[in-house]
Amino acid sequence: MAESGKDGSAAPAIDGRAYPIEDHVYDVVVIGAGGAGLRAVVGCSEAGLRTACITKVFPTRSHTVAAQGGIAAALGNMGEDDWRWHMYDTVKGSDWLGDQDAIEYMCRSAPEAVYELEHWGLPFSRREEDGKIYQRPFGGMTTHYGKGTAQRTCAAADRTGHAMLHTMYGQALRHSTEFFIEYFAIDLIMDDEGRCRGVVALNLDDGTIHRFAAQMTILATGGYGRAYASCTGAHTQTGDGNAMVLRAGLPLQDMEFVQFHPTGIYGAGVLITEGARGEGAYLVNSSGERFMERYAPSAKDLASRDVVSRAMTIEIREGRGVGPKKDHIFLHLDHLDPEILAERLPGITESARIFAGVDLTRDPVPIVPTVHYNMGGIATNYHGEALTKKTGNPDTVIPGLMALGEAACVSVHGANRLGSNSLIDLVVFGRAAAQRCAEILTPSDKQPDLPKDSAERPLSRLDKFRNASGGTPTARLRDKMQHVMQNNCAVFRTGEVLEEGSKLIHQVYDGVADLRVSDRSLIWNSDLVETMEFANLIEQAVVTMDSAVNRTESRGAHAREDFPDRDDQNWMKHTLSWLDHATGRVSIDYRPVHTYTLTNDVSYIEPKKRVY
Amino acid sequence: MVQFTLPKNSKVAEGKTWPHPAKAKSEREFRIYRWNPDDGRNPRVDTYYVDTGDCGPMVLDALIWIKNNVDTTLTFRRSCREGICGSCSMNIDGTNTLACTKAMSEISGAVRIYPLPHMAVVKDLVPDLTNFYAQHASIQPWLQTVSPTPRKEWRQSHEDRQKLDGLYECILCACCSTSCPSYWWNSERYLGPAALLQALRFIADSRDEATGQRLDNLEDPFRLYRCHTIMNCAKACPKHLNPAKAIAEIKRMLVERRV
Repeated sequence: MAESGKDGSAAPAIDGRAYPIEDHVYDVVVIGAGGAGLRAVVGCSEAGLRTACITKVFPTRSHTVAAQGGIAAALGNMGEDDWRWHMYDTVKGSDWLGDQDAIEYMCRSAPEAVYELEHWGLPFSRREEDGKIYQRPFGGMTTHYGKGTAQRTCAAADRTGHAMLHTMYGQALRHSTEFFIEYFAIDLIMDDEGRCRGVVALNLDDGTIHRFAAQMTILATGGYGRAYASCTGAHTQTGDGNAMVLRAGLPLQDMEFVQFHPTGIYGAGVLITEGARGEGAYLVNSSGERFMERYAPSAKDLASRDVVSRAMTIEIREGRGVGPKKDHIFLHLDHLDPEILAERLPGITESARIFAGVDLTRDPVPIVPTVHYNMGGIATNYHGEALTKKTGNPDTVIPGLMALGEAACVSVHGANRLGSNSLIDLVVFGRAAAQRCAEILTPSDKQPDLPKDSAERPLSRLDKFRNASGGTPTARLRDKMQHVMQNNCAVFRTGEVLEEGSKLIHQVYDGVADLRVSDRSLIWNSDLVETMEFANLIEQAVVTMDSAVNRTESRGAHAREDFPDRDDQNWMKHTLSWLDHATGRVSIDYRPVHTYTLTNDVSYIEPKKRVY
Repeated sequence: MVQFTLPKNSKVAEGKTWPHPAKAKSEREFRIYRWNPDDGRNPRVDTYYVDTGDCGPMVLDALIWIKNNVDTTLTFRRSCREGICGSCSMNIDGTNTLACTKAMSEISGAVRIYPLPHMAVVKDLVPDLTNFYAQHASIQPWLQTVSPTPRKEWRQSHEDRQKLDGLYECILCACCSTSCPSYWWNSERYLGPAALLQALRFIADSRDEATGQRLDNLEDPFRLYRCHTIMNCAKACPKHLNPAKAIAEIKRMLVERRV
């Protein structure tokens, strides 16, 4: 009989014996083996740093594999292009909440990052004319600062994420990466000076506990789409890194900004790439009208995602939705050349057939705005170093901690992310983080001893959940959370609906104390893992909801019907949210948006009205 | 007719029959392989009844429904639920496929679910894929070049890029290799269809300059030549790829370079 240690009288244990812990020491530990994690791992290995990669799923199962449309970089293969135009588009897409130094860094570095991927073997689609990388149009991507449509998104058919992740995994193998596969990270190890010293993880295969000491811990754990009932993301998208940061007493940034992708398949929620619209597909309401012409006269169906999702939601609300319940929209591809569809969009052709029962060469695909991406996450600078606000300094680096990819909030995407900017974010900042590690770390440098009882908190957490014997099965409480988020924190928000949502989501948070886990095993206990993942999700859900209540303006993906305008005067700033775990209370502060660029090659882009 | 006698501890027993769902308008019977590494007992087959009105159309939806509503100890891998990550490969209705893209309507009678064949089982439907991954790694799945790397991209003609279609899309789900009888009998030494398909992906890539070495690596009576064109792999692949054809192509190249 395991002792739970709940009353504090006994340490967490299995059958009376303390949980056995295996210790590891590395220079760098990367948590997450998606695009960002793998790029950091390869970079750190190349720099001669002893690097471990901990991942809860086999690397190629990471959700990067599902990315479809492409990776943005101003290569100029299809026509003239310039990284400054890419930067402008990204700043505008972010609704001026993005930090322009980081955006400049990303857009300038993008072409080199794409060529690097190609040199690694990524099987990009090619132009017939000259065998260069094929680039397609994508939402919000323009030439000459908004005048023409840019073809900037480098693509491998509509399986770019798959091609990219498999290529990067191959590179990681080439570097003999030390992978710890199907290890679930439980908590960060923080010392008394606020430095991150490593992480404690559970090996699913045999139930052993592993403690990793590292000079630098890099969180590349992805987004938390599964806080919602319907999302394009995988079941594994639970933002574990974000929650670990909250539990370390540190804040998350811009959590209220949740992107709804315009074209998720109605019902299944499976993604249909924006690349479809890039290749000429368009949205139609029940009147057969190509309604985006009204909402975004210039960009039309290739307007920024938040603009399109809002347009679709309004159409449905005003009774022009399609289907028996008039609750979705049609995406037409049937006018496109079937050969082009077969070459450039084979993946979604298959998805539409399997999940919507539709042959898209003949019939429209039923789609609906679906939760897709979290602009918010762990605040970082453009080196990937995690930040907090301490004694008034909003750019205080948290020593020993970095964050990358969707888990991070650099912020390059601000209040809304442009399509194909995520894949480039992963590799640019993955590389930047590795470069920073190479700069500031000495390989095999002696690390001070870990704080006493460094495994105490993670083990208590593991033990508590493993022995949870309350009245509520995890699935039931998770379901509740997802429905509150879906109903109360959606595309359009009002103070009233958000306040109600806040009350309800805090009730769910309180319900965590009454969870029940039935599987007591230590071997591949998915009941336990799903419970800990849910516990991670509810923390992020609470922070998201309360951050949304707090922001009384509309910006990017955060659309307040009671505050319909963007308010730069009062709100051009990042939200920082801390969670008090004992009370569930969220406390909020702010960080200024960086109103400066990285170099003098480009000047700060002044805020203006955002029209597509 | 081959007769097998399984070791005593792997004979599958009849397991538990779980309760029917209350108030279900339509239900489906599921017969699922279970094995618990902790209790020292033989594997068994449990019977579940799924309320199909309360659950999505795919086999994975049903498995998740069972885990959420009936038995939280039922253990299986899953992630993307859209057929791109390769996590949920298992033997369903006698065929290896992805649970997330297999519609229940395509199966008649009780839905029988077993782990991928002839693989060590970690728990329930979770196989140990360590050897499978090691085989993939052994074919050196990264681009190898000697020519000076260009400043921009390697040029690749549209035609040359098409040679990668049917090869790069593999999601490493292991449905093919674990459907191959030759792989069942020789999985320590035969690379299997998935690793061989990936080997061809790099051999066929016009940018790769290690063709000779890659072919040398494969020219082995076990690594490659355990393939006896049984063709289960092509039949099983949930992404409609053809590993058998890829293997034949490798064999052809090996013959051609001799001549």
